[in-house]
Amino acid sequence: MMLALLIVILMAGGLTALLAGKWNKSFPRWIALISSTAGFLILLLFWIDQHQVVQVSSDQNWLVQYQKDWILSFGITFHLAIDGLSLLLLVLTFFMGILAVLCSWEEIRERTGFYYFNLLWILAGVAGVFMAMDLFLFYFFWEVMLIPMYFLIGIWGSENRVYAAYKFFIFTQASGLLMFLAILGLYFIHGNNTGVYTFSYVELTGTVIPSQVAIWLMMGFMVAFAVKLPVVPFHTWLPDAHGEAPTAGSLILAGLLLKTGAYGMLRFVIPLFPEAARQVAVPAMVLGVAGIVYGALLAYSQTDLKRLVAFTSVSHMGFVLMGIFAFNELALQGVVMQIVTHAISTGALFILAGMIKERLHTRDMNLMGGLWTQMPRLGTIGMVFAMASLGLPGLGSFIAEFLILLGAFHAHFWITVVAASGLIFSAVYSLRIVQKIFLGPEKGAGHIPDFSRREMVIMAALTVSIVWLGLYPQPVINTAKPAVVRLVQLLQPDSDIKSEQSYVR
Amino acid sequence: MDNPLWLIPALPLAGFLILAFGGSHLSKKMIAAAGAGSVCLSALITIMIGTKLLSAGPDGGTYSQTLWTWIDVAGFNAKITLTLDALSLVFVFVITFIGALIHIYSAGFMEGDKDYSRFFACMNLFVFSMLVLVLADNLLLMYLGWEGVGLCSYLLIGFWYENPANGYAARKAFTITRIGDTAMAIGLFMVFYQSGTLVVADITAKAPELWQQNETVVTVIALLLLAGGVGKSAQLPLQTWLPDAMAGPSPVSALIHAATMVTAGVYLIARMHVIFELSVVAQSVVAIIGAATLLIAGFTALTQYDIKRVLAYSTMSQIGYMFLALGVGAWTAAVFHFMVHAFFKALLFLAAGAIIESLHHEHNMFRMGGLKDKMPVVFWTFLIGAASLAAVPLISSGFYSKDQILWYAWGAGGGSPLLWAVALLGALITAAYTTRMMILTFWGESKTHIGHHPGKRMTIPLIVLAFFSLVAGFIELPHNFGHFTLFSDLMHKVLPETILRTNVSSEWMFQLLAALATFGGIFLGYFYYGQQPQRIENLRQNEMLAGLRRFWFSGWGFDQLYDVILVKPFVFITRINKADVVDKLYTGIVSVTHALYRLLSRTQSGSLRWYIMGMVIGAIVILGIQMML
Repeated sequence: MMLALLIVILMAGGLTALLAGKWNKSFPRWIALISSTAGFLILLLFWIDQHQVVQVSSDQNWLVQYQKDWILSFGITFHLAIDGLSLLLLVLTFFMGILAVLCSWEEIRERTGFYYFNLLWILAGVAGVFMAMDLFLFYFFWEVMLIPMYFLIGIWGSENRVYAAYKFFIFTQASGLLMFLAILGLYFIHGNNTGVYTFSYVELTGTVIPSQVAIWLMMGFMVAFAVKLPVVPFHTWLPDAHGEAPTAGSLILAGLLLKTGAYGMLRFVIPLFPEAARQVAVPAMVLGVAGIVYGALLAYSQTDLKRLVAFTSVSHMGFVLMGIFAFNELALQGVVMQIVTHAISTGALFILAGMIKERLHTRDMNLMGGLWTQMPRLGTIGMVFAMASLGLPGLGSFIAEFLILLGAFHAHFWITVVAASGLIFSAVYSLRIVQKIFLGPEKGAGHIPDFSRREMVIMAALTVSIVWLGLYPQPVINTAKPAVVRLVQLLQPDSDIKSEQSYVR
Repeated sequence: MDNPLWLIPALPLAGFLILAFGGSHLSKKMIAAAGAGSVCLSALITIMIGTKLLSAGPDGGTYSQTLWTWIDVAGFNAKITLTLDALSLVFVFVITFIGALIHIYSAGFMEGDKDYSRFFACMNLFVFSMLVLVLADNLLLMYLGWEGVGLCSYLLIGFWYENPANGYAARKAFTITRIGDTAMAIGLFMVFYQSGTLVVADITAKAPELWQQNETVVTVIALLLLAGGVGKSAQLPLQTWLPDAMAGPSPVSALIHAATMVTAGVYLIARMHVIFELSVVAQSVVAIIGAATLLIAGFTALTQYDIKRVLAYSTMSQIGYMFLALGVGAWTAAVFHFMVHAFFKALLFLAAGAIIESLHHEHNMFRMGGLKDKMPVVFWTFLIGAASLAAVPLISSGFYSKDQILWYAWGAGGGSPLLWAVALLGALITAAYTTRMMILTFWGESKTHIGHHPGKRMTIPLIVLAFFSLVAGFIELPHNFGHFTLFSDLMHKVLPETILRTNVSSEWMFQLLAALATFGGIFLGYFYYGQQPQRIENLRQNEMLAGLRRFWFSGWGFDQLYDVILVKPFVFITRINKADVVDKLYTGIVSVTHALYRLLSRTQSGSLRWYIMGMVIGAIVILGIQMML
């Protein structure tokens, strides 16, 4: 019931905001804030309640489920369920949601009702994606998050918004269709095999598929997730979409939408096609490394701050792809950490970019410089998140990248060595951000205000989170553990349930 | 928490937090109290715990304290655990004690700066990170400290951020050390998969069973760790960042780029000595890197104008001696030289800072001169530091520590006559550039007017450091006179004893030669810069020598080399690909579609003749195909 409630809160909140917007311009933001905070609190209490209970069992690891019949004749049910992994991602979704509302507070003045409607419906779509246990329902939510995002970029974006919105839509939609075909293929194969036609995830996971076919079906899923993640060479929609989207749009894109790609691989690609996934492991890891290096190189040359941060996302998501296909517990835990910490650190950088743009009315870093003098607080926070971006120990991103590299090292030596060079490149581009924006002689005259109280709250929440994850990541690791261990078992059926893997020679 | 060990790093951290969050609301006095006070307290606690450890320490001579579990995943377990043994005690003592003196000095030195609290916040964070580095019981926690000091070094080199050159120097330092750090991280992965742990004590215990002597994997691990050490300690080939790092305030150079952070590599190698002992190749590489660096840096120091750059190259060269000692297996000698060097080099940097400050930020030694009588405290303390650096026999502590290294470079297990000869030549050069620096700065006629004299907060730390630079050597006297081995006895609880080669002749001959080298160097410096300065002018006229001098002056062309083979290609590649070539693929698809659309839409012209023509051509093509088949 709680799971359905989460979706209902967001969708109903969105509709109310739409209606209230006709009446008063500032009502919608309050409605959006209240509904996202309500969802966040529900989840937080649930997590605190559960986190002692989360344990590795041989059974499915669902913490809570909700099931209702939907379209029985096609075997479609409204089935939601979460395990530790989805719980973490849901908490993240609502956390990012609150921040998205807060950072739109002053920025959005036009058509606020429709804006917050879109924002909440994206969140609903993302939350649904993280909970859906029926492939048809999953695809439904997948589309729900796409269309409002298209409007968000297309209406409230900056100069080149229409082009960016189109590009975003076409990339995601085309790849989504391939996934839908693959879902249908799986549906019919399972139906032929057993006589039961169903979209249920639990039923479909056991489907026996001829390996030739399995590769193609997996590719259908993979392409959709690879575009979202994004994997080089499907990344080119990302800088445009990020660059043109309003701040909250970039925040949700980086913090949540990219993560649905990673989640999809963990939840669907590996469990549905473990054998096929194993076959593409090495090429996938190579693509991951290509993303790490290529994204970093591109990031270095950018002059548009938001495009730069977008390319750093490409680089960081390369770590995720590499970690997923390293297929061991260390790397997969690293992936979970990377999903969470990247949302926080990159989200923070996008919010900072938005704050700077509000003050200077530009995203061009060549026009910035010496901002530290007038805005020491903004500078300090910028420094913290630049450091998170380059993986400084003590901040969450380090744990993520360290675990991924450590796990990947076990899987493939040379790929990991090349990937580790990403640590150097990330230092190069992160320090360039700091230098260009905050340091050097002051450019441009006039008084620029430092953080307002609202901005302080946003950045404090993000800073506390990234430091907490860097120094005491164990709650996240423990929560994700059952799901991660299950994945490892799927890939290595002979490994022990308790998974204290012995790496020692 | 009955053991106050955790307080040692916690106090500077608390200082950092206070200054970072409340620094803008505090008065300068309060800022100095928080910043310097926290480190002074740390130093006191260190002395307290240290005495207890040495007098009534537990079995095994180690205090250990686990604070919490940091990461625990699938058999990989890293805890936040602090460990204090004899080796880390020496480092903790140097960090907190010299750190406290430098903080007190800074309270006066930075008085006029508008970012007073930011300075102390960064310094406190540095002390905290450095303490974590040396107190860590496992390599991952050490890596946290390792990167933390890198961050603080970056922040403090670029402290005066309005000048883009300082920012460049800061980024250069961070990036180059990061290259070493990345290699070190790969080394950590290998250690973990080989031994199943990153806890130093466990690795030390397991190593002899895990690996055979000179096994390839051990050599690779040792070299990867060495790469990390080489980056942080500014040794060849990652040394180019250190001279530029002098862009930071002088107390920063004293604390970070002379006394503590740059010796992290020495600590790492000493801490992981078991791994290095297992690989003859890695050991020799350490020794060769040390020898090459000490020579190259020494020659470069001979040609510099900027007093801080002379000291920077001299630091590089002295750490080269420490690496040389580690490489030949003289573990305790390396740590001893580290400690002595920390005293006299911090002293030299602080004194140089006082001079620079008094001369309106004049760095060029050729525009100083005649300060001997005008700044007596600075002169005498600088002289003591310089005597130690030049290793003046018997009276200076630098003699005792460097002489030991020279002797072991020949006599220890890994030593050889060639290494010894290089070290001896290095000693000669060291004495020469030190004398040159002394003469240019303090003798001759005064060339720049003195602004204001350093206050008490600056001179007292100088005097204390000068005292230690004089006496620190006496806790370890050579075997042939005194034979007082307090320091090495302490170290041997952690580090192995130095093994001597069997066929070595008596030690006193080497001491005599070392002394001669020092006096020779001093004479050369005096001859060319004090007695007959016109000879230097004559040498400058010589075309070939001028070329050599330019080569040395540039630091042997390493910057230019890296610029050509690394920086320029990187910038070039990123610049030409700014618009992302992959995106061209997709825009290409769009253009092709667009072109096709225009082409085909042109066929729908509404003209009957074209349609008939089209049908006829179509018919001919179809018929043609049919006839062919």
